[in-house]
Amino acid sequence: MPARLSAWPVLLALAVVLAAAQSVLPQALHRPPEWLVLPFAHWINSIFVFVQEDLGLMSLTRAFSDLVEFCLDVTANLLYGKSRWPHLGPIPWTVIAVAAGAVGYALSGWRLAVFSAGTFVWIAVMGQWKWAMETLSVIVVAAPFSVALGLTMGILAWRSATVERVLNPILNVAQSLPHFAYMIPVVVFIGIGPKAGAIVTIIFSVPPMIRMTLLGLRKVSPEIIESGQMSGATRLQLMTRVRLPSARTEILIGVNQVIMQCLAMVVLASFIGMPGLGQKLLQLLQALKIGLSAEIGITIVLLAILLDRLSRAWALRQPEHNEAGASWLERHRLLLVWAVPTALAFALAAWDPYFVEVKRNQALSIAGPIDAAMDVFVRAAIPVTDWLRWFLITWVLIPMRDAFLWLPYVTVLLFLAAVGWAIGGLRSALVSLAFIIPIALSGWWDRAMITIYMVTVSVVLAIMIGVPLGLWGARRAARAERLLLVCDSFQTFPSFIYLIPVIMLFGVNDVAVIAAVVVFATVPIVRYTVEGLRNVPAEIVEAASMSGASRWQRLIHAELPLALPTMVVGANQSIMFSLFMVIIAAFIGTQDLGQEMQRALSSTDVGKGLVLGFAVAFIGLMADHLLVRWSAERKQRLGI
Amino acid sequence: MQRMLLALATTAAMAILPATTLRAEDSSDAIVIPIHNWSSQIVMSHAIGQIFEGLGNSVEYVSTDSQAVYEAVRLGDATLEVEVWEGAFGASFQAALEKGGIEDVATHNAITREDWWYPTWTKEACPGLPDWKALNECAKAFATPETGEKGRFLGGPVDWLKHDQEKVDALGMNFVVVNAGSAAALWAEIAAAEKNKTPIVVFNWTPNFAEAVWPGEFVEFPKWEEGCDKDPKVGPHADKVYDCGNPADGYLKIAAWTGMKDKWPKAYATLQKVTFTNPQIAEMAKLVDVDGMEPEDAAAAWLKANEAVWKPWTE
Repeated sequence: MPARLSAWPVLLALAVVLAAAQSVLPQALHRPPEWLVLPFAHWINSIFVFVQEDLGLMSLTRAFSDLVEFCLDVTANLLYGKSRWPHLGPIPWTVIAVAAGAVGYALSGWRLAVFSAGTFVWIAVMGQWKWAMETLSVIVVAAPFSVALGLTMGILAWRSATVERVLNPILNVAQSLPHFAYMIPVVVFIGIGPKAGAIVTIIFSVPPMIRMTLLGLRKVSPEIIESGQMSGATRLQLMTRVRLPSARTEILIGVNQVIMQCLAMVVLASFIGMPGLGQKLLQLLQALKIGLSAEIGITIVLLAILLDRLSRAWALRQPEHNEAGASWLERHRLLLVWAVPTALAFALAAWDPYFVEVKRNQALSIAGPIDAAMDVFVRAAIPVTDWLRWFLITWVLIPMRDAFLWLPYVTVLLFLAAVGWAIGGLRSALVSLAFIIPIALSGWWDRAMITIYMVTVSVVLAIMIGVPLGLWGARRAARAERLLLVCDSFQTFPSFIYLIPVIMLFGVNDVAVIAAVVVFATVPIVRYTVEGLRNVPAEIVEAASMSGASRWQRLIHAELPLALPTMVVGANQSIMFSLFMVIIAAFIGTQDLGQEMQRALSSTDVGKGLVLGFAVAFIGLMADHLLVRWSAERKQRLGI
Repeated sequence: MQRMLLALATTAAMAILPATTLRAEDSSDAIVIPIHNWSSQIVMSHAIGQIFEGLGNSVEYVSTDSQAVYEAVRLGDATLEVEVWEGAFGASFQAALEKGGIEDVATHNAITREDWWYPTWTKEACPGLPDWKALNECAKAFATPETGEKGRFLGGPVDWLKHDQEKVDALGMNFVVVNAGSAAALWAEIAAAEKNKTPIVVFNWTPNFAEAVWPGEFVEFPKWEEGCDKDPKVGPHADKVYDCGNPADGYLKIAAWTGMKDKWPKAYATLQKVTFTNPQIAEMAKLVDVDGMEPEDAAAAWLKANEAVWKPWTE
């Protein structure tokens, strides 16, 4: 591969030369000249107007949204008594808690049953019942829609290579497009309200389902199919009775992903009218009620962990068969576990309205202690954070930011091409350019560079924090498990809540933004460091110890190199998380793509929103391509 | 409680029924009232919604973005908007009016003011306040690492279009404008500054809940005169625009979908009479932000305590 060795240093040298000549470069090499900037936003808007008005797609989307709205009305009536057909609800909280417990018991056993019922008891006694039911009424509609849609599209992609080829890039972009970019077209086509919230949630959560369905169907071994054919199954039967059940594990992981994504959208979807916990959370934050919003945050985390555990338990459960001659009681034990307490719960609800819904003025609250603790913490931390803020701004952030903006765009293009070439040859160089050139042509270069600068700083800091934490966590199995649970909680805790304490500590500036992003970006680094290290083959560790390596030497020379490819996958996810969070951090105050995205949302400018969204997505996809490529090659070389 | 009030209000509505039966009946579809993320707007929406329910209408609330809502009202997805601030939403409202589908139904008695503002403790570091020249002289007291020698003014989000930078340039002030990304970011800064009484000057407005939590004053700039934003000759500097403060008496309006008057004529007639004052709006915000009530309960409590104010609107 001589060509590969020689080309990238040339590109790199060229980039350096151009940067060194920065002061004498013509303007056209500093920033894309005006005639190069293409009116993407205008084009997209024209397409949307055409689709909306001339193709009459509006009536189609409105028809779909009416269907979703009908389902939402039913669940809203059952869960929190909105006056809609079938006019049965609201179901008392005690009954729902019992049902949740019974499901937990059926899927896994007593521990999950207690956790399941306990979550709903917490929601009820904290006075969040109505809000949580508003949220769940949307999720229980959105998640099945999303699963059904994902399954269908997954099967189609598996059937036809063309569909897969078309779908694949769309999924890539969809999974890296910031949430806000989705919302603007939804507002235009669907309007606002719970149905818009549900639809944006469906759109956001469907890609992993498609991916997992496809993956699952691919893995079904030919022997199983053959035995299906031999027993005379038709094509439909083969799909529903043989293929899908065999792909069960992957499909259920997809379902699990869908549920997690739905919960991640709880807060964001409230920007376009999803009621419930998210909406309440934003209102409380607006009045600076940290304690009360943290209570809601805890509820969202509990729901996420619960739904995660339930769907996992469902995925792992093997079908049970009763022994012949079992009594009626034995065969219907589950029914009894559910029916008896349910009857009891209805009786309680009839006896006292407290067991139907706990009113806000009867609710318990831990907001007082949380606020007090926050206050003590902020007061104690301010001297440290003042210094940190001064240090970071003066010595790190302002110089970095200036440097990123000082670079001529041609240098950046050449540099990325060189990196691409070094990692994956000509093809990767071209892929890098294909992602970065449209950003240059979009006219948002400066803002994109600010976004890249913030993501770079955040990911570097996240690695500095996350890797040592992961190393410490990976040393013992029990510790690793606890650390991963903390990671899960941080990941599902609504990010908006971080924004306020971070501003209190650092003020409205880049330090606050980066602090908020680092909290999020560290999670995948820790997770993959732990997983990478724990999966190092035991024989290798033993061999290293036997040859007299100290713990330190073993780590440096044996464990870390083997764990590195996995850790790089973590860094890749960390970049994705940072990009999403930087956009959300526009609520602190930034001057990057996120700030413009926020403006586009408030002026419902579809074209601008999508152009900005694509710019963010392309940054993510480029990093993804380079890191995945590097990691794959490395793994191959290490033989793992 | 709410249900009892509803029953009460319905009987009240029955009593006045003979006078209104001549008019066309209101549609049984729900009137959709959009709510945003600040408390006075939410409470006022619920108060008006509960008055409508008293008239026999069904009402639904939907949370939306406060800028995007004008598009929603225009299309009839939302029926009305109870707080149209001249300063913050004047532009979006005007744009929607021009496109059609939305109308200006009523104007509150309340006047709005939005400008540079400081909490009381700031006066210790800068005794000459609220005069803007005095503020400019103590610019150093407001300096931060990122603004260097200059003072830092924390403005609202850029899409509020407040022209703070233009003001700084026109008046030659020693300040750097930093834009927060949301109102919550402004409050968080004030709350942090309060902990060790750091001097701070931020963008703020009235009526809102902050005045109940942190007493403070607006900075007095050269008085706003019509045309100050367009004509350089207006204001103290003959060659500059924006060399003045913001208008101290902006409007606060109610907007509605143009289809409302045909679909819900009774509710529409009531809405035309609705008007709130600054103290009433501050009271509604206080019930939620300081007393910790839920918005719907706060609205019910407010309506119960102020029947004399709103009863005449329904007649």
